[in-house]
This record gives sequence, C-alpha cells and structure tokens, in this order.
Amino acid sequence: MPTVHAKKRKPLKKHKTAAKRTCRTVTKKVHGKKKAVRVCTPVKKKKPARKPAATPAGYKPTAPAFPPSVPVDPGPGPSPNPPAAPAGSWTPPPVTPLSARQAERLLWRAGFGPKPGDVARAVAMGLDAAIAELVHPAGEAVLNGPAPHDGDGAALQPYDLWGHDHLWWLDRMVRSSQPLVERMALVWHDWFACNRDKVQVDLMLGQNALFRRSALGSFANLLRDVTVDPAMLTFLDGIDNRKGAPNENYAREVMELFTLGADRGAYTEDDIRQAAKALTGWRADWADGTGLYNFRFDATRHDTTTKTIFGKAGNWSWQDVCDLCLQNPLHASFFVTKLWSYFVPVPPDGPTQATLQAAYVGSGYQVAPVLELIFRHPVFLDGPAMVKPPVVANAGLLRAIGRSIDIEDWAWLSGETGQMLFEPPNVSGWDDARWMDTSTWRGRWHVTAVALQPTQVPTGAPSTYPDAEDGAAAVAAALAAVGSPSLSAETAAKMKAFADAALPASMNSTQKRTYRAMRQNALRLLILTSADAQTC
Amino acid sequence: MAPRNCCNEFTRARFLQRSAARAGAGLPAIEAGMPAPAGTGLSRRTFLSRTLGGALAVYGASKLGIDAFEEGIANAAADPSRVLVSVFLGGGMDGLSVLAPTGDAKYAGLRPTLKVDPDPTRTFAEDPTLQWTAAADSLRTLHGEGKVTVMPAIGYDHPNQSHFTSRHFWEVGELSVDGNFGWLGRFLDQHGVPDNPLQGLSMNSYLSPGLAAASVPVAAVARPDAFGLYVPGVGNPVLGPMYSAIGGLGALPTSDPAIGQARLVATEVDAIRTTLTPYQGTAIPHASSYGTGDFGRKLEVLASMLAANVPVRAVAVDAPGSWDSHSDQATTIGRDVKNAFDTLLAFQRDLEARGIADRVLIHVWTEFGRRPQENAGGTDHGAAGTSFVIGTKAAGQMVGAFPGLTSLDPQANLKVTSDFRGVYCSLLEQWYGVDAAPVIPGAAGFARPALVAA
Repeated sequence: MPTVHAKKRKPLKKHKTAAKRTCRTVTKKVHGKKKAVRVCTPVKKKKPARKPAATPAGYKPTAPAFPPSVPVDPGPGPSPNPPAAPAGSWTPPPVTPLSARQAERLLWRAGFGPKPGDVARAVAMGLDAAIAELVHPAGEAVLNGPAPHDGDGAALQPYDLWGHDHLWWLDRMVRSSQPLVERMALVWHDWFACNRDKVQVDLMLGQNALFRRSALGSFANLLRDVTVDPAMLTFLDGIDNRKGAPNENYAREVMELFTLGADRGAYTEDDIRQAAKALTGWRADWADGTGLYNFRFDATRHDTTTKTIFGKAGNWSWQDVCDLCLQNPLHASFFVTKLWSYFVPVPPDGPTQATLQAAYVGSGYQVAPVLELIFRHPVFLDGPAMVKPPVVANAGLLRAIGRSIDIEDWAWLSGETGQMLFEPPNVSGWDDARWMDTSTWRGRWHVTAVALQPTQVPTGAPSTYPDAEDGAAAVAAALAAVGSPSLSAETAAKMKAFADAALPASMNSTQKRTYRAMRQNALRLLILTSADAQTC
Repeated sequence: MAPRNCCNEFTRARFLQRSAARAGAGLPAIEAGMPAPAGTGLSRRTFLSRTLGGALAVYGASKLGIDAFEEGIANAAADPSRVLVSVFLGGGMDGLSVLAPTGDAKYAGLRPTLKVDPDPTRTFAEDPTLQWTAAADSLRTLHGEGKVTVMPAIGYDHPNQSHFTSRHFWEVGELSVDGNFGWLGRFLDQHGVPDNPLQGLSMNSYLSPGLAAASVPVAAVARPDAFGLYVPGVGNPVLGPMYSAIGGLGALPTSDPAIGQARLVATEVDAIRTTLTPYQGTAIPHASSYGTGDFGRKLEVLASMLAANVPVRAVAVDAPGSWDSHSDQATTIGRDVKNAFDTLLAFQRDLEARGIADRVLIHVWTEFGRRPQENAGGTDHGAAGTSFVIGTKAAGQMVGAFPGLTSLDPQANLKVTSDFRGVYCSLLEQWYGVDAAPVIPGAAGFARPALVAA
C-alpha cells in the first residue's frame, strides 16, 4: 500500500507524463480467441489536445479482453462460498408507493441527486421502475446539457492539464443519463483505489473507462480486468512482479482490500507469497515523454512452478488467483458487506446479509442483483442518513441549479472538501468517516458559494429586488432557486426565523431592496450548506 | 474578519497552500475484520488554545467544559516535565537503507540493485558489519555524539505483514486487534490530568491512534490560522445574522447520527470562526533552520512550544516519505531518509540551542521492516524493522544485535532481536519514571533494554 502524501500543486500544471500515442483496431489472437484489439503506439510528436468522448479517446487498455463472464469453476476442493452467512434470509417487502423523501434519497445515493422534476418523476414511476431504470440502463449513456469547458470557454484537456481529469469525470456525473453507472464507477474507484501520484493520467482514465464499462456487471470480470489493468499494474507494481523476483504488493491487497478482508482467517502470509508468484509475468515498456505503455503478459517472466493458494496446489495463473479469491469461503460475505456500506450507514442484519450473499453467488458474482436488493431495503429507504460524499454533493449541487462545468475551480475546491478524483488517500480508498469535519465543511461552503455566484441576486445599487418580500416568501424563493431540497421542519423553521430577523427594523428605500437581495443570497447558502442538504 | 463581498483569502494559491498543509490524510478506511484504529469513536470538541494562538481538536471523554482546559493548561505549564516525541514512518521503512549490512556476505546478493558500496568512513561503530548510508548522515552525526540508540531488528513474534494490523499492534502496545486505546493514551490515563488536552498532542490532522486515551483529553492541532468563509453577495447588515444562523442551524437537535455530525461540525465552524477573529495573523516565533518541508515546520513549532513550557507530555507526528517502497526504491529511499533525519537533526539542534534537550526524547518507529531480498527495484513487506531513540538523554547503546542475513526467519525476513513492547516498558519506566505494568499488557514478561542515560 503506497503511502500517498498530498503535494502542493500549481493549477494548470502540465501532466508530467501525458502519454501520446496513436491507436488502431486490429484483429489479434488473445487467449486463443480472435478479438478486435486496439493497438496503441506511442508517438513523440506533440498532439493537439484530445477532445474527451464518452470515454476519453486515445487510450484503450492493452490488456486482453476476456471471454465473457467467467462463471467461476469451483474446481476440486471446497465448494465456493458455503455462505459463512448467518441463518435465515430477508425478503424484500412488497412495494408501497414511493414517497418524495424516499425518491430523493434513492436519487442521491444511487446517483448524484435529482435535477428539477426528477423526484416527481420517480414518485410517479414507483420504486420498482425507478430502480430498474437505474440498475438496468438501456443503451449508451447520453450527456444532457452543455459540454464542459474551462473559465475561458476552452474545451477540457483531461490528459494534459492538472485538474481537468477531475472536471471531465465531474461533468459526466452532472450530465449522464445513467447516474448509477457513474456512481458505481466511483465506488469501484474507491474499492480499487489507484492514485495519479504514481500512475500516468492516461492510465487512470483508462481505468476509469473500465470502471464505467463494468459498473453494473460481473465482479468476477471486473476483478480480472482490474488485476491486469495498466493503472493497477502500475500502482501495485504488477509490472515489477516477475519470476524469481516476485513483488507482493498486488497479491496482498487483492486479498486484504479487494476480495477477502484482513484478520478474518481468509488467507495466510504464505497465500500472499504464492499468489504473488502466480501473478508474475506482466510488464510494460517505457518511453521518455510517453511513460509506460504496451502493458502485456510475458510468459518468460511468469513463474510456472506449482503454487499452493488457500490449500490448493497447481500451476496457477493470474486468472486463477482471481478465481481462487472469489471461491474463498469468506469472499461473498466480504463483498456484500462492503458494497452495502457504500449505500447504507449501518451494517446489514444477519438475514439481509444472507439474502445478499445468495443473490451475489447465485447470480455468478453479478453486482446488479445485489444493488437491487439494497435499494429496496427499508433501512436504505427509511433508515439513518448518510453524509453525501463531497464529489457527489458537488455534482448534485450543479444538477440542482442547472449549472454545467464552466469553470475549473471545482478541481481544487474538491481538494478542500477532501475528495479529489483520481487521488484517493491510499489503496484502501477514502475514509468516509472523515467526510465532515471543520476543514471539509468549509470546503463544502466554498463549493456552494462558488456554485451560486453566477446566479446570485445582484446587490449593487440600485437594486431592483422586490422591496416588500417577507421572510416566508424569501425562504420559498430561495428553496425554488436551489432545486427545492427537502428540509426538516426544524431547519425550515430556523431558516424562516433567520429571514424574519435578518433585516434591520428601519431601512431607507434603497436598503429595503439591497438588504433583501443579500438576505436572499444568504438563504440560498444556508439552505445548501445545512446538515439536511449535506446528508441524504 | 469581514469577508464582505470579497475574497482576499479566497485565492487559489492560499487554498492550495492549505490543502498541502493538510497532507498526510490519516489512517485509511477500515474493512470488515480489520482492527479499527485506536480511539475510533472518541468524542471530539474544538477548542481554541490561547497558548497556541490556534484551534485544537480535543478528543476524549472529559466531563469538563471547554473553558476548563485553558486553566488546566496554565496549571500544568508551571511544572515542565519530560516529553516523548513519537515519529512514525508509515508504510514500513527499509532499515537496510539506513544501516546497510555491507559487511554481511549475503548483502550484495540479496540487494543486487539497491546495495550501497562499502565505505569505511561510515562504519557503524557498534557493529562493523553495518554502515550508515549517506542519506542517514544526520543520524550518523548524532550517533557519534552518543545521542542515538539503535534497534536494528525490532518487532514481535509471528510478525503480521499488513500495514494496518501491524501498525495497530505498535499503536496499542499489544498484539491484539481489539485494542481501543493507544499505549501513550493509556500512559496519560494513568499519569495525565483531566483538564490539559495538550498533554497528548497529535501533530497530524487526525488523532494519532497511539495517543487515544480512555479518560483524559488529548488533542490534534487544527489549522491555527484564520478561518474565514467566502460569502459572495452578502454584506452588512445581513452578514452577522447569517453567520449566527450557521451556528443556530448546527445547534438544532436530531437523533440521526449523520445529520448530527454535520450539525456538530457547523457549530464547531462557527465557534472557531468566532473565536479566531482576534487572532488573525498571530504567529509563533521560531528559529528557521528546518528547511522548507511540512514536517520541519511542525517540529519547529513544537520546539518553540516546548521552550515556552507548553505542557506537552507525549507527541505523535508522521514523517513524510514513500516508505512503502515496493518499487523504484532507489529513487525514493535516499530522499526520504535524508529528509526525515535531516529534519530530526534540525529539531535536536534547536532543542539543544534552547536548552531543553534534556527533557525531550524522540522515538522513531515504523510498522515493520522490509524483506532483505529485493524484488528487482523495490522491497516487499518484511518482519523485523529498525527503530531509533534520539536525544541527549538517549543511552546510545544498540538494543538487540543485527541478526545478519544468513539466518532469516521462515519467510526469509530479518529475525527479530528486540521487542517493541519491551522498548515501551523501558520508555515508561526509565523516561517517564512510571510503572509499565498498568500500561503494557504482559509487561512483566519483556526484557527492559537500557534506553535512557542516567
């Protein structure tokens, strides 16, 4: 696990190793099957900035594609996942009409919050249809709204400019018609956390495309793809792991953080060493000015001796390591509990966990069936609130007020809120217990202030703001201006109390307008930074 | 503070600077089955220390009001006591890159690309098979002055090679994943006071788990500079009521933990903003021989605090560095070792110049060492690590021999020749002068190395 320390960064710094390459599609034999493969060749010449497409163009993983979903062969030995789960199971209750509050929560937790009208639409659809639309999106995602640009109107350059990778993804969070796909990509980014401090940005964006492709698919496939994903091969040293000189970094974390969990008796130190040997063989080339490229499996660097992992001996390959981890009896319980924790702030009870594990294993390690159960769970819909992850709060705020990515500031402001995309603090991802402290609260305030600035009510003289608006009308106007988030009764009352008391008793005719304009701006800030709006 | 429609503070450079200052983001998230960091769940309150001219996050179960702390600090300051500074090299430092076993026949073979060449001018006086690396010259200098005790192979039986778990053992002072409180926290529970949160000071942006105490308050330094908010479109006379409303909204009761946390933080923000207003621009004067890094700045401030009799008894601070050097170690390790120990040398010299070196001891530790056999460019997690006690009062005599590279443990790692729990017992008994038994479980069973000069 690399320890990552935040660095002082200058804005708009050129990426140190922005890779330049050209790509073409060829037919190659991969794992005995013919496949269309993008082959990328580095070019030394400086190219104009690429325009980000649905996935940033210009890079495709050089890792081979796999045969479709690897339904895991249990092989000899213990049957996979005899649920170490508690007895009993949980059955989703019959669907009752979806309340606006529940719809709002669903849209926040399974996406990036509602745009105006989304809550009413979800309520009209009902829970099943709303979940189905999220979990089974049809076709390609559509990006609705203006394309992102920097403060001068220039297109983003995610491969080349500091912070633009963050902005590029934030834009998809704001505009995608498939919010759960983006949300799950964020989950996988946290689950398999790599950091651009150590990994070239093109590889990070390639990994991001993988997380998007595999957002709602098979975890078995995702695990294999991630294992040989160039960003991961770089971050956890897979390309330095070779026969005779095994590097254990990935072998350890794939068990400890990705599939099994530490100190549960799921594996031993020797399992890690043996798995490291099985994972040997991946390499890449390096070119100055380009960085790492041409990630590939090199059989001459692979350790072909017999490895014993979880008590099973064989000439295991990297694919086998993935499968053995999935078949480990303690994997399914780890997986469903970890996935659940992204959506619900309290652990699942025993019967719920059993049901989730059964759905996961029964579907051949599919993610979607587990998500559907989580989203229908009463604890999800009606249980305790969660603090919105900072980047989710930021994207949702822009959705609510109808603003596109039109400045670069979100990148460094996200540092203030504690969640810069592509820079998780370490391989175990972000610590969501730290989402809300006095420093990050201040960052959230500043995100809100910057977001509202273009649409704030002008206060300069002569103000034209209505000079007779009372407190209740001011609160109503402010709520409407910020996407009508639902407020608790006590918060709504406090807002009105502030609005009623914020103006001096005696004002001249200019002040009546100017101070009401200020009050309106203040109310919008207070509403959006309130605990009600920062949780869901 | 009146950020009225303007934004002197709201410059990108200032924010970047603050982001950088918040580096080193703390203990990672915890997965199911992992030990939770000691101190998890301790209540946190924010407190403005006039002594520091800044805001502290105070952790602990003290029933005292926040106002009592100022008085407690003032009382405790009257009687300066010995201080232990615990410096953590997170990630697992490669000890062979500080003291290289160039005289060991196996060394060159195990470290074909990472080895350093023999250099008789850097021979380690206590074991001629070892030599200080060039990056560790600061440590060599201090060792030559008798101010460094070296533990060349420290650890525990059945070494755990998870960063999270092994660090946890070191933090709580026992081989248990269940410990909730740190070993220094337990020391403070026994011998600290109920009204001085500075007695256990985490110089990180989070509470260092080793300091987590059960019954007495301890503190983490928050940013001591001003705490303004950018408020476009709102000016006087609405600004004042708006600020008050932040605190008012935060004070609303709720039974929901997440909403409660968000509201509590809002009240803390309001309290800090209000209280810090008179303190803008207040800086602690200090010498400037530390270089430019964040680590040096922290120790610089610490030295000035100790010189001013700020009543600190135990400090925890993380030393920056890519210590988890699985790859590309040749690039990182020399830089990191040099930065860490050059900074500690500057700190030691500052303490000496201020005449307070005799009451400060530095304990440098890492969660494990790295494997002697390199992996072609880097090193994987090992067993025995390297630790140092530094100070004018350090005994200066090696604890536990270097075990050599010929006879390794069954996993081909360096064998352990000293136990960190014995070191803790010695620090408690010889440095703090207290009984180790109530602090370190099984204390009676550990040999006590001589760590403190008479």
